[in-house]
Amino acid sequence: MATISKAPTAIKVAVIQFPGSNCDTDCQAALASFPGVTAEIVWHKETSLAGYDAIVLPGGFSYGDYLRCGSIARFSPIMGAVRNAASTGVLVLGICNGFQILCEAGLLPGTLMRNRDLLFRCETLHLRVENNESPFTSVLHQGQVLEIPIAHGEGSYFADAETLKALNENNQVLVRYCDASGNVSAAANPNGSLENIAGICSHGRNVFGLMPHPERVCEPILGGTDGRGIFKSMIEWMATHKSNN
Amino acid sequence: MANLPANPSITPELIAKHGLSPEEYEKVLSILGREPSFEELGVFSVMWSEHCSYKNSRPELRKFPTTGPSVLVKAGEENAGVIDIGDGWAVAFKIESHNHPSAVEPFQGAATGVGGIIRDIFTMGARPVFLMDSLRFGSIKGDSEQAKTNRRLFAGVVAGIAHYGNCIGLPTVAGEVYFDDSYNGNPLVNAFCLGILRHEQIARGAAEGIGNPVFYVGAETGRDGLAGAAFASRELTEESKADRPAVQVGDPFREKLLLEACLELLATDCVAGIQDMGAAGLTCSTCETASRGGTGVEIDIQLVPQRAKGQTPYEVLLSESQERMLVIVKKGQEATVKEIFEKWDLPYAEIGKVTDDGMMRVRNGNDVVVNVPARSLADDGPLYSREAAPFTPPAPLDLATVPQTDPLKALPQLLSHPSIASKRWVWRQYDHMVRTGTAVLPGSDAAVFIVREANKILAAATDCNAIYCKLDPSVGSRIAVAECARNLACSGAVPIGVTDNLNFGNPHKPENFYQLRAAVEGISEGCRAFNVPVTGGNVSLYNESPAGAIDPTPTISMVGRIDEVAHITTQAFKQAGDQIFLIGEIGSELGASHYLLAIHGRKEGAPPALVFDKEIAIHHALLGLIRKGFVRSAHDCSEGGLAVTIAESCFGTNFGATVDLGDTQQRPDVVLFNETQGRIVISVSPSDKAAVEAELSKSGVPFRAIGAVTAQADLSITTGASVFAWPVAMLNETFEGAIPSLMES
Repeated sequence: MATISKAPTAIKVAVIQFPGSNCDTDCQAALASFPGVTAEIVWHKETSLAGYDAIVLPGGFSYGDYLRCGSIARFSPIMGAVRNAASTGVLVLGICNGFQILCEAGLLPGTLMRNRDLLFRCETLHLRVENNESPFTSVLHQGQVLEIPIAHGEGSYFADAETLKALNENNQVLVRYCDASGNVSAAANPNGSLENIAGICSHGRNVFGLMPHPERVCEPILGGTDGRGIFKSMIEWMATHKSNN
Repeated sequence: MANLPANPSITPELIAKHGLSPEEYEKVLSILGREPSFEELGVFSVMWSEHCSYKNSRPELRKFPTTGPSVLVKAGEENAGVIDIGDGWAVAFKIESHNHPSAVEPFQGAATGVGGIIRDIFTMGARPVFLMDSLRFGSIKGDSEQAKTNRRLFAGVVAGIAHYGNCIGLPTVAGEVYFDDSYNGNPLVNAFCLGILRHEQIARGAAEGIGNPVFYVGAETGRDGLAGAAFASRELTEESKADRPAVQVGDPFREKLLLEACLELLATDCVAGIQDMGAAGLTCSTCETASRGGTGVEIDIQLVPQRAKGQTPYEVLLSESQERMLVIVKKGQEATVKEIFEKWDLPYAEIGKVTDDGMMRVRNGNDVVVNVPARSLADDGPLYSREAAPFTPPAPLDLATVPQTDPLKALPQLLSHPSIASKRWVWRQYDHMVRTGTAVLPGSDAAVFIVREANKILAAATDCNAIYCKLDPSVGSRIAVAECARNLACSGAVPIGVTDNLNFGNPHKPENFYQLRAAVEGISEGCRAFNVPVTGGNVSLYNESPAGAIDPTPTISMVGRIDEVAHITTQAFKQAGDQIFLIGEIGSELGASHYLLAIHGRKEGAPPALVFDKEIAIHHALLGLIRKGFVRSAHDCSEGGLAVTIAESCFGTNFGATVDLGDTQQRPDVVLFNETQGRIVISVSPSDKAAVEAELSKSGVPFRAIGAVTAQADLSITTGASVFAWPVAMLNETFEGAIPSLMES
């Protein structure tokens, strides 16, 4: 299944393919559109992620998600390797279902619940960059407003008060839903997420989960390029990190 | 045959319960030369149902133009037609109904409708790339029990489509939804899927190679969907709720696995034939593959993976459990199947083999329970030419009987009619962006999708104005084809193929059969005029509730090709100052219009006339302008007429428009809301105005400059001495708010 992009490059990203992943090739295509990046699909029954500079858990319905989204995927054989990589500082990006899996796996705090109105919702929304001091947001500006689509039925972020407090104190909330002018308001909250949270990173900053789909806005023909900033940040961080080694 | 179980005995009551007429049963006796077993009776019943055999419609369907230089697989040959799109690439696409199941269990009915059409596409060896849906419900307005039921059906169907399409990861990129009381108790759910493949990847549903093993792959067989094909071939009644077991339960995750596993398997060259188990399940797939291959197939029920214990052979044969396929594997390559299906954690089993005797033979261990010539089931079913009632063309609308209304009020009323209002509430529930190819989002005239692997740009639209079809089925169905083509032209596309879903009432009633015949002839005429083949489709008859038949609804889905990214055109105005042109006439035909229906509560008059030559000239003129880079926006006039069209082009922008339609000596409501065909509103840069006028004059189509896009977000329309003006924000709120406010009430 693995497809390797043509250019031999320094940066190698693994896109994990769970049986019900459906944004795997979309993520692969978005990553491969950056010069110097190789993106490989890695089957969830693999057990090693050695040699990869970053790992992407793409969107989809990993195991059908009839139970709780991501609750079965966390037991996939590959998750041991994801955990190990995360603990050694490798970048791990979870998009949509990938975010849900990271929460279920305990790599990110909190959980994603059914949308407030119980309906699946797919549309382009505004996100405010809350913290650009992370490997995933470094090329963006603090307070920058991004237009990135969501597509989920269970994206309402929830965490207990203590966790929420810690997230805010450590600046782990990287993006919040906002309006076109950057106001984080109740009206701009599509799913009932606490404090309009759209994406959070780990305490160590190297694991990032978000419900919106940056890979869907990486070329003008698809209606925008605001998703590129997140991938570009990762790539620049990896390049620096590699050259420092 | 000594071991044939004889329980229960075959009585006239049992035969009637299986939907077989006494004449059809006589035919069964003469084919077998003996009394059928219980299982055989069931097999004949489903295979000879309208749903599987098209016994009432096949002679009509032969009228469709189905050939052409680009046709790689013709309509009716396989599960879906295949059309060449150049550079060795092809598309497989088809639309199919799941009306009856959705009436009884909207969520699962619609979900499995989507699942079924997706299987039809990957069975062809194509990777599915996008979905569309055409839906019809009774009115969702008001507090009546009927309206509440209709809202429940609408919400359930949309959620079911979302459930299946979103999970399997296919974008639902376009569609249509209409609300009319003729669909009370009998909603329509037509699902479309398109897939992409290389020419050499076309897979066949034939059981080829004597001795080749027959594999069952996919989900285990349960008791769901028992004899669903026969259920679909009856009218819906109050008792239909008891048929709920005839509705299947969908598992999109299993289908995702099945899709990936089958495409991986097909890429290995170990498959001799493949067929999905859809209507009539195991029965249909075995006898159809044998019939196509000119062979026989022998299977053992006991080897079939089963979900429930104690299922009888009859149940296993007639189950319509979802997410299952039959694969004829080249002998010696069985290990490949094992490897791939184990990778994807899917059940599989070798259940039989291809034989040389032309028989569909089903064993239950040592007992033979079915032993029937395969061809007799698949191809030798009964054929009927039903009686068509003579048709009286509708009286033209007498305008004097239509009180004039104030367009100022009528436009917002039209925009809030659920059939015209924004369908965002619907498509926001569908993932319409996955696979990152959606270049034009839902809500424009046609969906535009970029197929990366083939480097092709496709457009697709689906249309049917059933009011037109009710009042004059021939004209209505021609308009359905023309409107689809017009929608494609507005997006910059040239049509390449059509798939149709013929939704009608009971064909035994002569007026219904007339509608079917006239629609097929009208569609055929339209497809010949636009030079596009019909590549397949679906017939759904018996769409009746106790209140009567639905309005005839021959849904047309048309696929087109766009040559260059620069040609992709959308309906929204792009810049203040741009000049607005109407290509086509101002028009005057108010008969069968939505204005008449929504404002005056009348469904009457003659639908607008359609002249193919004029229509085609207009599409060509538009495409010529698009290719020269002149067109900033293009939107066709359909339900609600010119005023609705121009308003819609303002929506989603910060602009307004000032339009003067001149003095046509007609009532303002006629000018603004008539539905004369062959009309397109475009906007162009002021610097291109003269060039556009020159081009349009040269092409000889009627046109006129009618105004300009304005920075002020008001819509102003002048006709004669009357000026009507609305804030766009107010119109947009009405348009966007209509369906959510009904559904959230």
